[in-house]
Amino acid sequence: MPDAIDYSEVGLRVGLEVHQQLLTAKKMFCNCPAGIYTREHDGSVLRHMRPTLSELGEYDGTALMEFKTRKNIVYLLHTSNVCTYEMDDTPPFLMNPQALDIAIEQCLMLGCDIIDEVHIARKQYLDGSIPTGFQRTAIVGVEGRLPFHGREITITQVSVEEDSCREVSDRGHLIVWRTDRLGMPLIETVTGPDLRTPDEVEEAILLVGRVCRSTGHVRVGLGASRQDINVSVRGGRRVEIKGVPRAGWAPGLVHCEAVRQINLLNLRDELRGRGFRESDDLGIEHRDVTELVADSPMDLLRAGSWERYLDNGDQRSDLERGSGPFCVRAVRLPGLGDTLSWPTQPNRSFADELRGRVRVIAGLDQPPALLHSEDWPREASATNELDRLRRTLGCSSEDGLVVVWGAEEDTLTAAEEIRLRFLDAVDGVPNETRQPFADGSTDFERILPGPDRMYPDTDSPPQRVTRERVEGLQASLPELPWSREARYTEVGVPTPVIHYLIRRGGARLVDAVVELSGADLRRACFFFGERLKGLRRAGVAVDEISDERWCELFAVFDSRPVAWEAWQSLVERLVDHPDIDLQNLVEEMGLGRAPDGWRERVAGLAAELRPVHPDGSEDQRRRFLMGRAMSELRGRVSSTEVDAEIRSRIGAEHE
Amino acid sequence: MSESTSDPLKGYKGRARARLQELGIRVWSDVRMVNSAGSLFEGVVLPRSESFDDLHIVLKLKNGYNIGIHVDRVASVEEIGYKEAVYKIPEQEFPSRPDLPNVTLLGTGGTIASRLDYRTGAVIPAFTPGELYGAVPELADICNLTTKKLFGVFSENMGWPEYVTLAENIEREIADGADGIVIGHGTDTMGHTAAVLSFMVQDSPVPVVVVGSQRSSDRPSSDAALNLIHAIRTAAYGDIAEVQICMFGPTSDRYGLLHRGTRCRKMHSSYRSTFRTIGDIPLCIVSRDGFSSLTDDYLHRDASRRVRIDTVYDDRVTILYYYPGMRPNLVDALVEKGYRGIVIAGTGLGHVNTPLYPALERAIDAGVHVVMTVQTLWGFAQMYVYETGRDLLDIGVVPLDNMLPETALMKLGWVLGHTDDHEKVIEMMRTPINHEITEREPHNGYLILQGGLPETDEFVSSHWK
Ligand SMILES: [Zn+2]
Repeated sequence: MPDAIDYSEVGLRVGLEVHQQLLTAKKMFCNCPAGIYTREHDGSVLRHMRPTLSELGEYDGTALMEFKTRKNIVYLLHTSNVCTYEMDDTPPFLMNPQALDIAIEQCLMLGCDIIDEVHIARKQYLDGSIPTGFQRTAIVGVEGRLPFHGREITITQVSVEEDSCREVSDRGHLIVWRTDRLGMPLIETVTGPDLRTPDEVEEAILLVGRVCRSTGHVRVGLGASRQDINVSVRGGRRVEIKGVPRAGWAPGLVHCEAVRQINLLNLRDELRGRGFRESDDLGIEHRDVTELVADSPMDLLRAGSWERYLDNGDQRSDLERGSGPFCVRAVRLPGLGDTLSWPTQPNRSFADELRGRVRVIAGLDQPPALLHSEDWPREASATNELDRLRRTLGCSSEDGLVVVWGAEEDTLTAAEEIRLRFLDAVDGVPNETRQPFADGSTDFERILPGPDRMYPDTDSPPQRVTRERVEGLQASLPELPWSREARYTEVGVPTPVIHYLIRRGGARLVDAVVELSGADLRRACFFFGERLKGLRRAGVAVDEISDERWCELFAVFDSRPVAWEAWQSLVERLVDHPDIDLQNLVEEMGLGRAPDGWRERVAGLAAELRPVHPDGSEDQRRRFLMGRAMSELRGRVSSTEVDAEIRSRIGAEHE
Repeated sequence: MSESTSDPLKGYKGRARARLQELGIRVWSDVRMVNSAGSLFEGVVLPRSESFDDLHIVLKLKNGYNIGIHVDRVASVEEIGYKEAVYKIPEQEFPSRPDLPNVTLLGTGGTIASRLDYRTGAVIPAFTPGELYGAVPELADICNLTTKKLFGVFSENMGWPEYVTLAENIEREIADGADGIVIGHGTDTMGHTAAVLSFMVQDSPVPVVVVGSQRSSDRPSSDAALNLIHAIRTAAYGDIAEVQICMFGPTSDRYGLLHRGTRCRKMHSSYRSTFRTIGDIPLCIVSRDGFSSLTDDYLHRDASRRVRIDTVYDDRVTILYYYPGMRPNLVDALVEKGYRGIVIAGTGLGHVNTPLYPALERAIDAGVHVVMTVQTLWGFAQMYVYETGRDLLDIGVVPLDNMLPETALMKLGWVLGHTDDHEKVIEMMRTPINHEITEREPHNGYLILQGGLPETDEFVSSHWK
């Protein structure tokens, strides 16, 4: 990773918002089944979002931005997983009590104080990710703590909320969402800004994950848990990196964001050094240059190219178009030369900050979204074009130049967004939500919303949480992950195996099996944490075996220790025949009982296989013999005994 | 709907009220509250809904969330300020342009447009032109707007006196030169209002458009703004000078439909596309781009026509929704209580059970007017088809063909304001004023697509719902 920095020196502060889906049968505010995902749809609706004004007659910043984008929003529906609630044509039903119970349980695991009366709020989202235009959410617990490297991470609050739609596509003025995931219950765990290094962030995500998962009441698998990472450095501002799918991405993302903020602060100092302080200092102006470049050798700047980009054969391309005819607009940036190539993140420059706004807010998304004077296409003809534009706009050598193209009205929005982004640059780091990429880089997603977007849900009565309910859940709480970790470590289980077990829900099974069948803890840990992994990877549906069956299996191992060596074929049989009688099976396979004359059989094999490896070493031959013998005797005679027999036979040959 | 500030503990009762008094804090106190678990809550004490229990104090936290704290768990509280919510909607003057038509919006209490008080979540209705301009600025491109708030009642509290006021105001606005009238109305009884106004306001020279919303306007996904834009466009430029309902066509944000006031019904408790013309097709499609007429059979706009306002009524009328096993004494009770008109919503072609016959006969003998509609909503009361129906005809129950039950009720109340003479009543009931009875039902006047069928699902999946 480039740019080694001292994180404490730059004052890196990171907090988390960890989203974890809860394992409920139904969704949170309707009776649709949870966890049914579809790739198809059998209905769709078209909607728009309109911001609601605050009492001050002002729009929330995000709301205003979203309104500017004037998005056509299409929701794809499937009767198998949504009803009229999800499409915002039916008010919410009462909150799923199972979801609230699991949320309370999670809060207790995180050491939170439980709220006495849970009030459902609406959190406004105008990007269309929720058809109502807001997410129903409620605080369930506050002031929790997690032990972390000898100190504590504070849990500011835990809320239970409905999940949003999944984005299908976002082009121009049309965004398409799939509604299957919408309305599934999840909890959002918010930590204080307590993390100080990128690596700590990854660890903390995994820790919160282990806490959540140790109940067995949360969903696992792709998309079941996602986190937002809030990052700032001293002098910077909180930037939210949204929807990080894997903990492993966190170190790179946090590092890159720290670098970005430091670079933006340096840019701020540079701009102030050039005398820019406030809005009036920016003399940014723009001009329609469509005519000027109508015969341009640069394909991008001609209407035909834009038309081809829009008309991709999709019948709905009309919804993607903005208002007005095709327009090319040049923006002059007086005194702002050399800022467009100002580095921000690794391999990205300030022009990419402008690009993000132009793409998201103005909806001008034909790559590369804009052209600029500091990275102009290199062909000779293009260079002439730049000179012509600079002359037309009256650019001096100190000025920068940006060109955008698309529907006329959108190019006006783009020019204004470019001005606003420079205004933010004079101020330093703008509050933003950014979209993460695997390489650690991020791109603009939206302006970070403020508390103004919260208001009570008039459709849902508050839910009382009695102390009795809390105490009942407290009593049946599973063991905390760090205490479990200590217990497993004590018997010699390595940490990665322990974490794997807790994360994937295996730890619960380990403890159940140990308790019910008297199995050895260490053996059970390795069995569920290591051995089964290989089978699972090979596609054997080991997760379909019930807890009771595992206990039965371990009871067999207990009564017939030799059978342990045949665990794999036993597990495979259990998967293939879920109803099979285990005792009969064990009898049938003769497990735990040495067959009569097995020693003679080994002797026979030894004699038979003598010529197979005439040139091979003694060891090779012995291993080969062992393999052949065990394929017949595994689970019936212990491998130690078989090995001893082979050794004695081979020894005898030499005598 | 401004908050009363007289009670400093608004909405709190019993134990919560006593506890607040004991703690020395009130609604709008900005507090730092610590509970028995030691958790600190910083926020403003909110008023409590009257219908909630007396065990919790509601705080709005700094991050915007609300929570309730049990009165027994409040350990200590410190008032650090007082932040009373100010319910004020900023107004911007609604621009006036001489080249645009004049539209009057009459308010009945439904919130067509509104702003949110983020502190409390209260919905503040926007109603004056200035307020509406702030919420739906597109309106200024359509017309010059005047607004009049006639009353502030929920749709279910509308009744005969309100209908009369509405009709009289329509008369006044027409006289004052309005090019169209819009009535903001809650959706629950919108159909009743549109029906009765169709009788009270006849021969209007200009459109009278009833509009509302299914998702309140404090929601970003609300249908209110688009419905209002469609309705005001219809009032300003539409050619249909009748009482009509203007609401979403499909549930998607696409276009509105104009439904004839006498033939329209709310058919879903919550869908945006809840209003349907029953037994006929809607009059017109209205969108941002203009109108697309579906029929020419309506009263055309004509500024020179004189409106006739006729607001008499008798509210001693009811609907008897027939069900198997209905006991005859129900009819007797209605007569005894002085009801003058009974609209039966009968089964099938217009039937009730035999034990009811003598009671109906007694009612009719007592001078009560009994008319028959069908609870199937679609189709005609054709009582001559079966023996049972013919018996009812003999008793004197009068079929109203395909008049909707609610429309029949409103009309019967209006007719009884004119006369109690049975012959006259029946003649007026059976003579349509505006398509409340039609001679023909077109085959596309009855379309309830059955979901699940391959052809329906194919259609539905390829169109926006
Ligand atoms: Zn549902």
